[in-house]
Amino acid sequence: MMLTIKDLQASVEETTILKGLNLTINPGEVHAIMGPNGAGKSTLGYVLSGREDYEVQGGTVEFENQNLLDMEVDERARAGIFLAFQYPVEIPGVSNMEFMKESVNAARKERGEEPLTAAEFLKTAKAACKQVNLPLEFLKRGVNEGFSGGEKKRNEIMQMILLQPKLCILDESDSGLDIDALKVVADGVNSQRDGKRSFIVVTHYQRLLDYIQPDYVHILADGKIVKSGGPELAKEVEASGYAWLEGHEEASA
Amino acid sequence: MSEQIDKALARKYDAGFVSEIESDTFPIGLDESVIRRISAMKEEPEWMLDWRLQAFRSWQKMKEPDWAHLGYEKVDYQSISYYSAPKSMKDKPQSLAEVDPELLRTYEKLGIPLHEQEMLAGVAVDAVFDSVSVVTTFRAKLEEAGVIFCPISEAIKKYPDLVKKYIGSVVPRSDNFFAALNSAVFTDGSFVYIPKGVRCPMELSTYFRINELNTGQFERTLIIAEEGSHVSYLEGCTAPQRDENQLHAAVVELVAQDNAEIKYSTVQNWYPGDENGKGGIYNFVTKRGICETNAKISWTQVETGSAITWKYPSCILRGDNSVGEFYSVALTRGRQQADTGTKMIHLGKNTKSTIISKGISAGNSSNAYRGLVKMGPKADGARNFTECDSLLIGDKSAAHTFPYIESSNPSAIVEHEATTSKVSDDQLFLCQQRGLDTEKAVSMIVNGFCKEVFKELPMEFAVEAGKLLEISLEGSVG
Ligand SMILES: Nc1ncnc2c1ncn2[C@@H]1O[C@H](COP(=O)(O)OP(=O)(O)OP(=O)(O)O)[C@@H](O)[C@H]1O
Ligand SMILES: [Mg+2]
Repeated sequence: MMLTIKDLQASVEETTILKGLNLTINPGEVHAIMGPNGAGKSTLGYVLSGREDYEVQGGTVEFENQNLLDMEVDERARAGIFLAFQYPVEIPGVSNMEFMKESVNAARKERGEEPLTAAEFLKTAKAACKQVNLPLEFLKRGVNEGFSGGEKKRNEIMQMILLQPKLCILDESDSGLDIDALKVVADGVNSQRDGKRSFIVVTHYQRLLDYIQPDYVHILADGKIVKSGGPELAKEVEASGYAWLEGHEEASA
Repeated sequence: MSEQIDKALARKYDAGFVSEIESDTFPIGLDESVIRRISAMKEEPEWMLDWRLQAFRSWQKMKEPDWAHLGYEKVDYQSISYYSAPKSMKDKPQSLAEVDPELLRTYEKLGIPLHEQEMLAGVAVDAVFDSVSVVTTFRAKLEEAGVIFCPISEAIKKYPDLVKKYIGSVVPRSDNFFAALNSAVFTDGSFVYIPKGVRCPMELSTYFRINELNTGQFERTLIIAEEGSHVSYLEGCTAPQRDENQLHAAVVELVAQDNAEIKYSTVQNWYPGDENGKGGIYNFVTKRGICETNAKISWTQVETGSAITWKYPSCILRGDNSVGEFYSVALTRGRQQADTGTKMIHLGKNTKSTIISKGISAGNSSNAYRGLVKMGPKADGARNFTECDSLLIGDKSAAHTFPYIESSNPSAIVEHEATTSKVSDDQLFLCQQRGLDTEKAVSMIVNGFCKEVFKELPMEFAVEAGKLLEISLEGSVG
């Protein structure tokens, strides 16, 4: 088992957002999460990565047999949790290169590996940059500084490729992308599917799932997973939206 | 977040050790006899003593300035010792082999090996310990190029004409309270002379260390770049961690003749005091340069230390087409206070100046930029560009900007931009989510903020400066 979430309840600013969420992910699986705006999808990503201000009020999260909730944000990251942000922030003046080199070496250190030299890192970074179809000058530019929406999303995928995490949480990595960029992002993700690495793919659109074939699709509504199924569930959502949820919730209550 | 950052910023000062060195130290107190004794110790000519005494008399009539955005207990000038030198320096060691190994160890511990073969290639160092210069490296090599790089005490004896001509020519004896005090009691510092048309073959640097208790350091630096010459100079400073405040009142004068260029960089890391504001160096410094036709002076400073900083490296752009630059990073944390900036005085035609100031305030500190841009009546076509950015870390620190513009020439253009930002939760979270700990995350964000200034430092020191910021921000997380 890679990740086991049991009855997770979490709040932010005194408002309860996650209200008893269950989810189990095995190595190598891709789980898509869909759901209405404000349902708590991004919140789930933040809670799993340990963001401050997101308070866990109940439930458990196990990641590779460790109690994830006991770990600091950076420890979780080095243990292999990666979050591709819905809204990536800028860090002016810090080059992408520098930023990623430090990150990659922090992860290597954790694993007891030697840090990469500048030259070694440059080589992998260039390859990753090409893979997400960003010009190499993006390595020199400040982290997300002045990047377009789509460029930011591709930059997140580049970071994922470089960091080689175990569990990737992609929060709407497809939103704001043109069709070509969507393929680039999907290809980037698919290139990282190796039978061991797992993914949580948060999206609003079935379109992305045509490219990234999920093993499971879950509907998250009002802080809970209310329905799970295979890829066909995404198609249902695409066709009929979430109007059926109200009835469903009553039925399940 | 601010709790995490506070933890990350918990004070750590690597240079805070005290060297066990026997010193000859004057009793505390200041009057004419002390000045006579300093002058005698240094075996100075009569004119130098007279010059000092006149400065002292002006100083006695002056009042300590209080216009800066600083709050501190006034210094008791009678409770300081004005001269302290390691005993072993009395016999004037002729070579490194004769220098007290404990002194050399002090510099080694600070990361400044003084053995030439171990040093950064291409950097000559003058090491000043309390009131005396301990050693100046690579002198022979510099002499080949005609460059003079020696302690100012030695220059007064060996090159009296040069010193007499230029000392006080940029910062007059009675320029201000601290400059007058320095003129009266200065003990050592560096002297640099670059002859006409010479490009100094290496970086020059002076490393100041205050060791003795209750001792002030009053160093004086004079750099003369003759026509068409070029020099890059760097100063570094540290002091032990002590509970008492210590005074450092330096004067630096730069003379850039026609077409000459002086690049002056400072990495200042005086002991800043503890988190409650106890101890630390009071750094009251007057730095000024004069530019003749087509000359250029560039000040770059990275200020991370001192309890109080009062410092405005300035350029007098007297010659037509001359250029003045000021690049500054000032980081304050704990209870540190800094009031720093620059003055660009445009006198000649088409003179240009650029000011880039980056203030970073953390903890309970206060950081003020104070800058004057003055356009004289003959400064036709003069231009200034000022960018003043403040970065706040946590929510108890403060940043202030005091830009003054005085223009008496309608064709002169002054541009000013200012921003204030915070290290945001989002940025911090992004860094941590990528596996960086809080310290690393904060120092990375701060380094990014300072990038424009760091790129102005000589290569070897840009790395140093980055590390220094990191150490300054380092603490006891986890
Ligand atoms: N810092 C915060 N303060 C107050 N409320 C918050 C905060 N962060 C999130 N919320 C609230 O929590 C709820 C869930 O937000 P979340 O971002 O997880 O939704 P989402 O499912 O990702 O939605 P979207 O599809 O629009 O991205 C929303 O109602 C949101 O307003
Ligand atoms: Mg969201």
